Amino acid sequence: MKYQSQSVAKPYFIAALGLFLGQIVFGLIAGWQYIDGSFLFPAIPFDVARMVHTNLLIVWLLMAFMGAAYFIVPAEAETEIYSPKLALITFWIFLVTGALTIAAYLLVPYSTLAAMTGDKILPSMGRGYLEQPLPTKVGIVLVALSLLFNITMTLLKGRKTSLNMILIGGLWGLALLFLPSFYLPVDTVKASYSWWWVVHGWVEGDWELILSALLGFILIKMTGIDREIVEKWLYIIVAMTLISGIIGIGHHYYYTGAPEYWIWLGSIFSAIEPIPFIMLVVFAVRMLLKRRREHPNKAAMLWAIGTPIMAFLGAGLWGFMITLAPVQYYVHGTNFTAAHGHLAFFGAYAMVCLAIISYAMPQLRGRAANSVTAQRWEMTGFWVMVISMFLIALTLTGAGIVTTFAQRMGDNPVSFMEAQERARIFFILREVAGFAFASGLLIYLVSFFAKGDYTYTDEVKGALK
Amino acid sequence: MNMTLATGIPQSRNRSLAPLPGDLAIWFFIFAELLVFGALFVAYAYARRSHVELFNAEQGLLDRRLGLFNTLLLISSSFTAAQSVLCAKADRMRQCSQWLHLTLMLGGGFLLLKMLEFQRDAALGISLSRNLFDMFYLCLTGFHFLHVFMGTLILSAVAFKAGRGAYSSKNLTGIETGVSYWHMVDMVWIVLFALVYVIH
Repeated sequence: MKYQSQSVAKPYFIAALGLFLGQIVFGLIAGWQYIDGSFLFPAIPFDVARMVHTNLLIVWLLMAFMGAAYFIVPAEAETEIYSPKLALITFWIFLVTGALTIAAYLLVPYSTLAAMTGDKILPSMGRGYLEQPLPTKVGIVLVALSLLFNITMTLLKGRKTSLNMILIGGLWGLALLFLPSFYLPVDTVKASYSWWWVVHGWVEGDWELILSALLGFILIKMTGIDREIVEKWLYIIVAMTLISGIIGIGHHYYYTGAPEYWIWLGSIFSAIEPIPFIMLVVFAVRMLLKRRREHPNKAAMLWAIGTPIMAFLGAGLWGFMITLAPVQYYVHGTNFTAAHGHLAFFGAYAMVCLAIISYAMPQLRGRAANSVTAQRWEMTGFWVMVISMFLIALTLTGAGIVTTFAQRMGDNPVSFMEAQERARIFFILREVAGFAFASGLLIYLVSFFAKGDYTYTDEVKGALK
Repeated sequence: MNMTLATGIPQSRNRSLAPLPGDLAIWFFIFAELLVFGALFVAYAYARRSHVELFNAEQGLLDRRLGLFNTLLLISSSFTAAQSVLCAKADRMRQCSQWLHLTLMLGGGFLLLKMLEFQRDAALGISLSRNLFDMFYLCLTGFHFLHVFMGTLILSAVAFKAGRGAYSSKNLTGIETGVSYWHMVDMVWIVLFALVYVIH
């Protein structure tokens, strides 16, 4: 770590991991409720558990993105952060707002919360991922503005690299694309448009820019490959993301009341959306093979190479399976979507955050890399989490297939609850995989406390002797 | 303009081993772009199969002469773009720059004519929602239009740098990269023109 002010990233990363743990706990609760519908009822009904699970995901990812920005922007701009104090104040505001929101979800019925927080004045609550009450949404905007002001000012006074431009451009996009969440008209077609502008605009467009920038930064630092080469790849990946992602949003407009041509446009362009992910895989693997140095942080390298591969599987492959309009006609809203959602969110965004945390945290704690012992814990955590998330996706896909055939196709379709009952075995297996994932996360967290003096740097030196 | 055609560039003896012109990264991009257009063409063919009469009738509304003229403009621009590379290889940088500017003028001509054509189409009532053919026609040509626009931006940057003496016979990756992209845009139009305007 070259710049003192980069250390403001540390609380962001720690909080992100704490919230990640919370997300998994609520995931396990919601998963259990698929097996036993009355579990924890009425204290934590399924809709609340699910909402907390997805909202914590968004909050921890945003937290990690911000931490990453405060770590990367000064390093790239070769200057201290414009105002580290503002960054810290922003952190506490965001954390407290997030915690209060989650507490409110758990303590107050959602409709009461809506009434208490002025949803009548400007209705915005109720849509998936965007359930936050109005004050929280305003808080998110203010936090984003503060971050943007801080990093943009940092950029302006320092070196302007393409990587920083992509990252900061991505973060500006993140803030701007959140604004449609304030638009919730009574017309459900329009409401569905603005919902997807946020959700799709983020995960299938803008966030891919942030993902590419984070990966690019880690790979430049770890492989010693020329910045020019990495940046060229980033430009092309970004261009391909935008070409496919902007019109690809049409795959959310099928059968929602949007004009019919979206069925064609959405199908064609979203079928192309896996391409940037394939490019990310090729890029990362090429950089690994052509690396000019051995970095002592092997765990971070594992995350950096694992991210595009899992992102391709989750976002690319699983996304493609359900994106074409004739397929979507039958699988819409089944656990196919949940399988894709889990593998894509984890593979692309959770993993890239864990990659940058893996790279940055040792430096924030005063060393180039963790001890071999700690890295072994971390890498074990990596494999357990990756494999169990893959199993979660497979079991949910199984459940999706059962629903599709039992409830949607054939001459004698069964009822929703009957289809759920037939898919029961998959829900049980999914919960087992969920517990495996939680244990992987705990193993990963242990790595932060594992002691040990021996490092991979010693190993490299030993080999040289 | 004093321009002579550049010829006589020694060919590599073993062509199969000759490296791709320009930056490798642009070839990944070109490949991806061709996949996008390929997907659109396949979808067009698929849709046409079940609506042959509609497609034939609607094709009749298009102005084929304008389309043909635009095709000639783009093919000529590919020729002039290729000449700029040959001149750069021969270290005739002034001419290289002139060929690039000519390419840009031809590309600009395409954009202008296509805009006039879109205006004419709109007057005829052609719109995204009217029928399946119109949707494909507007999407394919509109998407291609954006690519020509992007190509002119890329070539403008290359021409600007060439004018400032940034390239030479030993350093022409930038020119080759831009021109490779331009050829791709031209090639896609040739298929697109045949598919959408001519074949029925």
